[in-house]
Amino acid sequence: MLKFILRRLFFEALPTLFVIATLTFFMVRLAPGGPFSREKQVSAEVQRRLDAYYGLDKPLVVQYGRYLANVARGDLGPSFKHATESVNSLIARAFPVSLELGLWALLFAIVTGIGAGIVASLRPNTWTDAGPMTLAMAGICLPSFVLGPLLLLLFGLTLGWVNVAGWNTAGDRILPAITLGAGYAAYLARLTRAGMRDILSQDFIRTARAKGLSPTRVILVHALKGGLLPSVSFLGPAVAGLITGTFVVESIFQIPGLGQIIVNAAFNRDYFLILGAVVFIGFVMIVMNLLVDVAQALMNPRLRLGE
Amino acid sequence: MPLLNVQDLSVGFHTRHGVVRAVNHVSFSLEPGDSLGIVGESGSGKSVTCLSLLGLLPMPPARIESGAAAFDGQDLLRLPAAKLRGILGRDIAMIFQDPMTSLNPYLRIATQLTEPLLVHKGLSRAAAFKQAAAALGGVGIADPEARLNQYPHEFSGGMRQRVMIAMATITRPRLLIADEPTTALDVTVQAQILELIKTLRREHGTAVIFITHNLAVINGIADRVMVMYAGQAVETAPVPAIFHQPLHPYTAALLRSVPSAHKPGEPLQSILGTPPDPLRLPPGCPFTPRCPFAQEPCSLATTAELELGPVPSPAPDRRLTACIRVKKEGADVLRPA
Repeated sequence: MLKFILRRLFFEALPTLFVIATLTFFMVRLAPGGPFSREKQVSAEVQRRLDAYYGLDKPLVVQYGRYLANVARGDLGPSFKHATESVNSLIARAFPVSLELGLWALLFAIVTGIGAGIVASLRPNTWTDAGPMTLAMAGICLPSFVLGPLLLLLFGLTLGWVNVAGWNTAGDRILPAITLGAGYAAYLARLTRAGMRDILSQDFIRTARAKGLSPTRVILVHALKGGLLPSVSFLGPAVAGLITGTFVVESIFQIPGLGQIIVNAAFNRDYFLILGAVVFIGFVMIVMNLLVDVAQALMNPRLRLGE
Repeated sequence: MPLLNVQDLSVGFHTRHGVVRAVNHVSFSLEPGDSLGIVGESGSGKSVTCLSLLGLLPMPPARIESGAAAFDGQDLLRLPAAKLRGILGRDIAMIFQDPMTSLNPYLRIATQLTEPLLVHKGLSRAAAFKQAAAALGGVGIADPEARLNQYPHEFSGGMRQRVMIAMATITRPRLLIADEPTTALDVTVQAQILELIKTLRREHGTAVIFITHNLAVINGIADRVMVMYAGQAVETAPVPAIFHQPLHPYTAALLRSVPSAHKPGEPLQSILGTPPDPLRLPPGCPFTPRCPFAQEPCSLATTAELELGPVPSPAPDRRLTACIRVKKEGADVLRPA
């Protein structure tokens, strides 16, 4: 298993990160404008000095090589916009916020999604199946930029139960987590239902029932492991997406996380900040997918390699 | 008192296209330690008969239309679910056709093998593990302790069926139902598995219901055989007798179509036509359209007339047939003209 993880890290994760960094490096340079273009033009002399300070006067290839060398040392470079801060420290400050939001959303998605999926799978084509599945369909169709403001309107303004924006009290976590998690919950519900239906129709479930096991034991011991596999494979990208894909939700609820940083960095042409955030998100994605592969191998003995 | 006494069992599947009458008015009984073979082609209702007794059919669409199945004086068809579960896997166990799919691929053999002991006998984990290892050794698997920690995909088909048998017999059930346990296996392995079931039966005195479509398999494993066609029991007999003198036209035709019973060079006789559509069973005896001995009353016969009944003398002992002509006119009816 350790060999498998190391192989994945060195032969798949590193090349992937290299490609991400390279593509992003050249693509942000393709966008018109630069970090120091404002409505008010700075003088040519100031511009020259700024470029020299940040190394922007060197040929692009040289800049690229220097950047890669820094990234390899774990230094994502300085921020153009936030003169006193490095990209590392900006990410270090914003990421925990996004991480917390993502984890709350994940908790919401797993509990409601997998719970609803299991309930729906047990009595197919009855109202305990149709009810949750209809809700799930609505959840998939409703984008977060619609759901978020609707929730805000109802619970923030009309009922006044929670604050409409900010990231200070425990109550501030509820609406963003639901808004971010709803789509994933809905998707998980449908995946779990499909997975459980598939497993429950297998011969070995009949064997389990022929052994006189209680329905609870048949489901928990014999069906759940296999039935949750599709959901687990979805969880990897889902976790990464929940932690890093918070642009919209962070904007709606004014949460100082990674999403807001990237959006602002893109507006400001803050080259190193965009790059750093993208490479960092890529890294998180890769780690999550690796964790999922490990989890799947643990759940499905037939996938275990080299044993 | 018989161990299992099934009376007038009928099972239907209620589908969008109508009711599939899978089992019609089937009755049979089994003494303790007895062995009954149920023979019939695919769709003849042999598996459904047994699955319905154990409550393993999905309901809906399946529905028990009539009947009773007394096991030890308790009617299996009317027991509350929790009571029935107390009998399944403890007093009645089942082995299924395809050992590749009948074991849970996600659980270790140990988990699956010790389960009946933990659930039904209240054994401790350690004691159950020890007994599971013994059971695995008992069905001829070498190094049972190590094998217990493996998963089903690490076993071959024959080995998996051995595991299934060990799992089914680990609680010393009084009735073992084997549903085509050798069909999915290659021929050499088939013989080993049959031998294993015979040995276990001899050692523990377990009653066995052995379902198969292969008449040759019945020989040696069952004392009596019940032949099914289109959901009906058409004949029951002691095993040697049915090969010697079949007393239903379907059984006779089935025996003539067994390749191994044939002299080389002689053309193999198949049964003309196909079995009836279970959605639209013909009136009267279901074999009438394919029967070389059919006469007009056959297609008019009522359910009561088609029940298994004794054959007039000089009939051998314990012979029952559903053929209305044999019941009325005797075994000579089936002599080719």
